[in-house]
Amino acid sequence: MRRSISFTLNGKPVQLTVDDDRMLLWVLRYDLGLTGTKFGCGTALCGSCTVIVDDEAMRSCVTAVKEIAGKQVLTIEGLSREGRLHPIQEAFLNHHAFQCGYCTPGMIVNAYALLLKKAHPTREEIIRHLDDNLCRCGSHTRIVDAILEAAGSTKGGA
Amino acid sequence: MHGDDWNETVEIAADVATGVSRREFLQLAGAGLFIFFATDPMAAFQEPSRLPGRPSYPTDFNAYLRIAGDGRVSCFVGKVELGQGSKTALAQLVAEELDVSFDSVDMVMGDTDLCPWDMGTFGSLTIRQFGPVLRAAAAEARAVLLQMAAENLQLPSAEHLRVKDGVVTYAQDEHKSVSYAKLVEGKRIERHLEKVPAKPVSAFTVIGKAPRRKDALDKVTGKARYAADMTPPGTLHARILRPPAHGATLKELDTAAAEKVPGARVIRDGEMIAVLHEQPDIADRALGLIRARFEPPQPSEDDRTIFDHLLKAAPPLQMVDEKGNLAEGEKLATLVVEETYLNSYVAHAAMETHSAVAAIEGGKLTVWASTQTPFSVRQQLAQAAGFAPENVRVITPYVGGGFGGKSASRQAMEAARLAKITGKPVQVVWDRAEEFFYDTFRPAAVVKIRSGLDDAGKLLLWDYRVYCAGDREARPFYDIPHQRTQSSGGWGGDNPPGLHPFAVGPWRAPSVNTNTFARESHIDTLASKMGRDPLEFRLSHLSDPRMRGVLLAATGQFGWKPAPAPSGRGFGLACAIYSGTYVATVAEVAVDKSTGNVDVKRVVCAQDQGVTVNPDGSRQQMEGSITMGLGYALAEEVRFKDGAVLDRNFDTYQIPRFSWLPRIETILIENRETPASGCGEPPIVTTGAVVANAIFDATGARLRQLPMTPARLKAALLRG
Repeated sequence: MRRSISFTLNGKPVQLTVDDDRMLLWVLRYDLGLTGTKFGCGTALCGSCTVIVDDEAMRSCVTAVKEIAGKQVLTIEGLSREGRLHPIQEAFLNHHAFQCGYCTPGMIVNAYALLLKKAHPTREEIIRHLDDNLCRCGSHTRIVDAILEAAGSTKGGA
Repeated sequence: MHGDDWNETVEIAADVATGVSRREFLQLAGAGLFIFFATDPMAAFQEPSRLPGRPSYPTDFNAYLRIAGDGRVSCFVGKVELGQGSKTALAQLVAEELDVSFDSVDMVMGDTDLCPWDMGTFGSLTIRQFGPVLRAAAAEARAVLLQMAAENLQLPSAEHLRVKDGVVTYAQDEHKSVSYAKLVEGKRIERHLEKVPAKPVSAFTVIGKAPRRKDALDKVTGKARYAADMTPPGTLHARILRPPAHGATLKELDTAAAEKVPGARVIRDGEMIAVLHEQPDIADRALGLIRARFEPPQPSEDDRTIFDHLLKAAPPLQMVDEKGNLAEGEKLATLVVEETYLNSYVAHAAMETHSAVAAIEGGKLTVWASTQTPFSVRQQLAQAAGFAPENVRVITPYVGGGFGGKSASRQAMEAARLAKITGKPVQVVWDRAEEFFYDTFRPAAVVKIRSGLDDAGKLLLWDYRVYCAGDREARPFYDIPHQRTQSSGGWGGDNPPGLHPFAVGPWRAPSVNTNTFARESHIDTLASKMGRDPLEFRLSHLSDPRMRGVLLAATGQFGWKPAPAPSGRGFGLACAIYSGTYVATVAEVAVDKSTGNVDVKRVVCAQDQGVTVNPDGSRQQMEGSITMGLGYALAEEVRFKDGAVLDRNFDTYQIPRFSWLPRIETILIENRETPASGCGEPPIVTTGAVVANAIFDATGARLRQLPMTPARLKAALLRG
């Protein structure tokens, strides 16, 4: 149904008139021009499209816009504040925890969701949390190290 | 926000292109430094099949380098950044040879209007083959700039000039100094310098370091732009009707419902039926409303019957290499061992699907494409859309993984054809099912090996036949007096029609994953039959010091204790050469015999790639290769039947995940005597064999088919 939808996107109010069955991924990318959130599989299997909705990681490729009405949406573009990178972004930078970079926004955003729930996750908890985020280049070990560093967790975890 | 978004894109594009149009660029190139190469830097790499008239790297270094008035250096290369770090490593080469700061180098990559021709980004050749070309260009530019500086500073020669960060200073009088920027600005120089040597390894200050990747900030902030992130104003998104199987023919079509979707447009152009809309998801919804009936193709092979078919349909074997006399080897051998190895079709499955945006303006076609081969794509686009090649520009933004799969760029042709028909920019982004359907898979392949040993355990007979994988690195590097290597078919385009039920192509280290899996598994089989330790058995047949070096380095760090397999420990070993690089890998696995699950616990990999341009970048590639290799070793296999590809997404096609990860340790052998060789792929070729050998060591079960799934492992355990 085409209707007006309001939500908060990266801290700013947004009002859109859209078909509310459309998936958030496409609205973010092509209606709102936020292309950091990526399409990878279209069926919530790869995690490239991960965004935060009210502090929970969501797959935007299967999240209809009507589900986010009135909610807080955070994308990779909203993580850095006043030109300063988020500590997770800093850690990804320092560890070169990416290669092609295509899965990276989804990885960082999902790591953000994890750290909201658990400030100092163990290595095993990070692996479990990110296991459905796919990376084809094989940056996995660096991603885990980067998140451990960002969380200030002791290396090695449990 | 579309408009704003596009403006930003245009600014980025203009910035990337250093703000000059093609014509201005050519004028600038003409007005800048003007020097010619005396030698053909391609000469050492020319393939025998090279066609006359095929382009080669330009000899005028102005094609690669431009120094702006503010001192920033723009480096133009036809290579693309797929994630492998070439944007960073190539900038290091330029900074090193020009003596400018790494931070002052801006890379412009994969733009056919701005960058000199390149054959494409594949084969771990960027540093190995193109690196010397770029270094030579920068070294020559530096030499000319020094001459110019000497004249500017009124010195008799350039002899006592030093350069740091693009500023030339007279060693005897520091007040005499001039910057590259000042020297180049507004001058037209035509100089010819011959045989300017590149810097010796001992003088390197930038090569060998690991600066922050040039793409790092873009990639952690979501600002990195890929082809699907380009939406010129008025862009239409196309979704294309696909057949259910390769070879299926369209019999009935009803597009009425799709056409009723507001804003949707259905276009039929030859065999292509597309739905276009301003929003990709609405186009996709409309595509779903098309009613089409396809007639299935004739029944053909499936993933189980394919191997018999390949052996029957493969073209005649070609000789790759022959030494000694096989009959003599047969006579001397007291133990002859024959084995057959199989591997399945494997998908590239880059996270970014094939994407392209085509726009036509003023008779010129511009296509942003996720491709490994922008210059070939330009030629193909010219043909497909009816443009003169000079009126086609291919721009390659960041590419979200290639692995060989983006050497083929059908999506770019589709976008261009639809842009021509609609008169509007058209974006084509494949969904995951299209990505699997049109992927150019790593070919399924068969390897047959017959080898023989004498009583002393000396390997003296080796008869190797590889079908459908290709002959790269098929010849053994072990010391074997009587040997023959033959190959039939491959991953290239020269297979007989019908050999494969769909397209095949290069997959990260083409041929070599298959050949290494077969050779290194078989070597282990022989060592085991002789009751010998796999490392000791290999070393006893290896005289090449570089191969011995990587084997000893990897096993040393691993803590390898000699024992014949199966020892029950789950330790495996494999070694290989690829793109001039030597690699040895040791793995430890734990096998759950009840489920057939394999847990790879630890991998130690040593690599000798000659001079290392960027140690951190090299380690990233090694870690990536090992991780990606676990997929084809343990799980990845394209299932298909009668032309239909049954794996269409990541639910059934499993690629490596965080939970699969072993502890990975990488060792870079210090070797400053050998020029830099390839490092984007080598370790991946050992992953299949190292895991197979470790499984054998753990269980005594020899798996001769990739992937080594739990079902295959359990079956092998039952066979005993």
